[in-house]
Amino acid sequence: MIALEKRPTPSRFWTGITPFLAVLATMIAGGIMFAILGKDPFAAIRTIFWDPVFGEFAFYYRSQLLVKAGPLILIAIGLSLGFRAGVWNIGAEGQYIIGAICGAAVGLAFYPTESFLIFPAMVIAGGLGGFLWAMIPGILKVKFQTNEILVSLLLVYVAEAILASMALGALKNPDGAGFPGSRNFRSYPSAYNEDLIANTGMHWGVVFAFIAVIFAYILLSRHMLGFQIKLAGQAPRAARFGGVNPDRLILFCLGVSGMLAGLAGLFEVSGPAGQVSIDFNVGYGFTAIIVAFLGRLHPIGILLAGLLMALTYIGGELAQSNLGLPAAAIQAFQGMLLFFLLAVDVLTNYRLRFGNREVA
Amino acid sequence: MNALLDLDGLTKAYPGVVANDDVSFSIQEGEVHALLGENGAGKSTLVKMIYGLVKPDSGTMQLRGSSFAPPEPRAARASGVAMVFQHFSLFEALDVAENIALGMENPPAMRELAARITEVSQNYGLPLDPSRLVGELSAGERQRVEIIRCLLQNPKLLIMDEPTSVLTPQEVEILFKTLETLKSEGTSILYISHKLEEIRRLCDSATILRLGKKVATCNPREETAKAMAEMMVGSTLHQPERKPHKTQEVALQLHDLTLPAQSAFGTTLKNISFSVQKGEILGIGGVAGNGQDELTAALSGEALSDAGAIEMHGKPIGQMGPNARREIGLLAAPEERLGHAAAPDMSLIENALLTGDIRKGLSRRGFLNWPKAKAFAENVIAEFDVRTPGPGNAARALSGGNLQKFVIGREILQAPEVLVINQPTWGVDAAAAADIRQALLDLAANGAALVVISQDLDELMEISDRFAALNEGRLTEPVPAFGLSVEQIGLMMGGAHDLEAVQ
Repeated sequence: MIALEKRPTPSRFWTGITPFLAVLATMIAGGIMFAILGKDPFAAIRTIFWDPVFGEFAFYYRSQLLVKAGPLILIAIGLSLGFRAGVWNIGAEGQYIIGAICGAAVGLAFYPTESFLIFPAMVIAGGLGGFLWAMIPGILKVKFQTNEILVSLLLVYVAEAILASMALGALKNPDGAGFPGSRNFRSYPSAYNEDLIANTGMHWGVVFAFIAVIFAYILLSRHMLGFQIKLAGQAPRAARFGGVNPDRLILFCLGVSGMLAGLAGLFEVSGPAGQVSIDFNVGYGFTAIIVAFLGRLHPIGILLAGLLMALTYIGGELAQSNLGLPAAAIQAFQGMLLFFLLAVDVLTNYRLRFGNREVA
Repeated sequence: MNALLDLDGLTKAYPGVVANDDVSFSIQEGEVHALLGENGAGKSTLVKMIYGLVKPDSGTMQLRGSSFAPPEPRAARASGVAMVFQHFSLFEALDVAENIALGMENPPAMRELAARITEVSQNYGLPLDPSRLVGELSAGERQRVEIIRCLLQNPKLLIMDEPTSVLTPQEVEILFKTLETLKSEGTSILYISHKLEEIRRLCDSATILRLGKKVATCNPREETAKAMAEMMVGSTLHQPERKPHKTQEVALQLHDLTLPAQSAFGTTLKNISFSVQKGEILGIGGVAGNGQDELTAALSGEALSDAGAIEMHGKPIGQMGPNARREIGLLAAPEERLGHAAAPDMSLIENALLTGDIRKGLSRRGFLNWPKAKAFAENVIAEFDVRTPGPGNAARALSGGNLQKFVIGREILQAPEVLVINQPTWGVDAAAAADIRQALLDLAANGAALVVISQDLDELMEISDRFAALNEGRLTEPVPAFGLSVEQIGLMMGGAHDLEAVQ
């Protein structure tokens, strides 16, 4: 018989090792799945994990890696603060959209004026838009004890409706021959979020993502506020006793995660996406939730998890086109990764005991 | 007398701890047998084996000479073993008779059952009205429901787990009369407690457990309480010393503090007024659930009240939060150690930071000074003899007594001017409890004002200068603790609930 036994203190060794174990288990289980589908499992795994970084066309995919990982990391860092404090912002996608709309609107308002101040103004507007959108569930929770999970999630659909109306209405390109979507920022240098080093994918959003990682790391390990965030999540009564103001903490966590999601939206819409269109958002706000947990809500973990997630996306697309794997198989593969990660997480707090233990 | 129940070599191990190690003793017919031991000595595991809740790893039991190994409580009840648990399992929204019917295998018609309940309650002097809702009953009355539920089965052996911890002294008297009646009818009682005076009064023999092993079986009437306590603890007990201290200056004052209940199960505090002087210990007694947690929260700053309702050194502080109160020297230690006074999964360093930041200066402009926090935690560990491998260990890895020493030490080493403590020695072994009480007395001797809220009356009588009792959210007028009789204390705590309800 196998029994689980709680460890007196969480194991540091297993906290570090479990993500690698999970990736390994995913490769094995995924490989079996690919083999059943009649594909060469080794080729499939290599296509997903190896080719995007070291393969023939890696020069293109490597930049894609940063483009995709940047917003995921930026959003996930913000979410992780809330998740640690027990504040569940599920609506990052909505804050991402609203941030993008606000930032883009500021940029488009100045068109065609050229000034180095325009892009910073867009960044501020983007962050502010996401912040304010996240304040809705925040204030409702503090004032009326509503559930932030539901409110923030439902506001995603409101944001999508606003996005559609903006892309078809107020922000529509006047010179666009009636096509939906705003002007393309590629043709507006002052507002375009260009690669800082050409063809690396390294745009301002990626820079902000790295800054966010460092900021979160310092906050959580060195600052009273980070301590209070952890405390409130682990032991709410102890937090109150320790002088934490729960309302202020809720607003802080939602505000920061909303702001970072809004920034991610702005950097995406003014860079890789290029314009406000009905469907420029591709679900980064939701995927970032997975990234946050994949990274154990730890800033460095999130950095790695964001890169890994981006890799499976790019590698997955590659496997679809090169090996003819069905899209569903790739999604199942990504699902396995999360599944194994959460499953092996048990080993951090518990140890396995085999057989019936007799009297010690 | 013949043995009713023989236990032979009972052993039960859990991962990392042997709860019972080769325990053997017998309970005679018609005797009250005490099972005595500190928290964690293995008393609960032992009675769970007798009641069929836990299967022994090895060892045998014999009931009246025939083998007895109940696979489940139902089998134990069928053999005539009944148990009153420390925590009641009653439905508040149902009345007494309905609750009792729910626990029976074949309940009779309600009218008949009600008549039997009334009959049993009168025979054994346990006043109880079968038609009252359990939600309206006091803890003592709820216990009577559980006892009568057991008595309706005509048990041969009645097991009682810490029955007096929820009772006022008057209610204890009623209970003891009942137990003596039962005994005279030939029912054996296994009485679990760590209150030595009670055991000396009530019990014919006592088995003492320490760390899972049987230490001795003795006649409690022939032993002194001190001797039994030392058998229980395994070492000589240190009696707290009180240094005389003269006081005049008022440190903390409450004027008509009224605070509505924060939750549906909370207690409303009503017009609480008292003052504590420097160097004084005010003991606040009362049966659990009469506003102890609420009063602690109102004093610690977790619950805010009218500004003027609480004054410290003459300044209104009712609207100040916990950290603002810490700044002016008002510290607190709540009852619940894990999850309230300390964060279970955090290290002792982080838990030192939990309340120590303000007075110990563990952060600067919000940035944490980890080395200083670690030094503070180490200081608490050293000064208060907290047994732990190191300050990096999680709070939940500590035993209850050690964590309590850490929690109390953390507040005392911050040099409080006023310290509020709820249940300072709850679930703490006798040696650690003596250390904690001594630390509180020393703190008062150095000029701090203390409010000690406790359900342990012996403890309050030992350390308090004045005593008051909480009863349904009201506080009695504090009176000098010295020379207070048990009757007076009982009346302050609310006396016996509805003594005349049935008579």
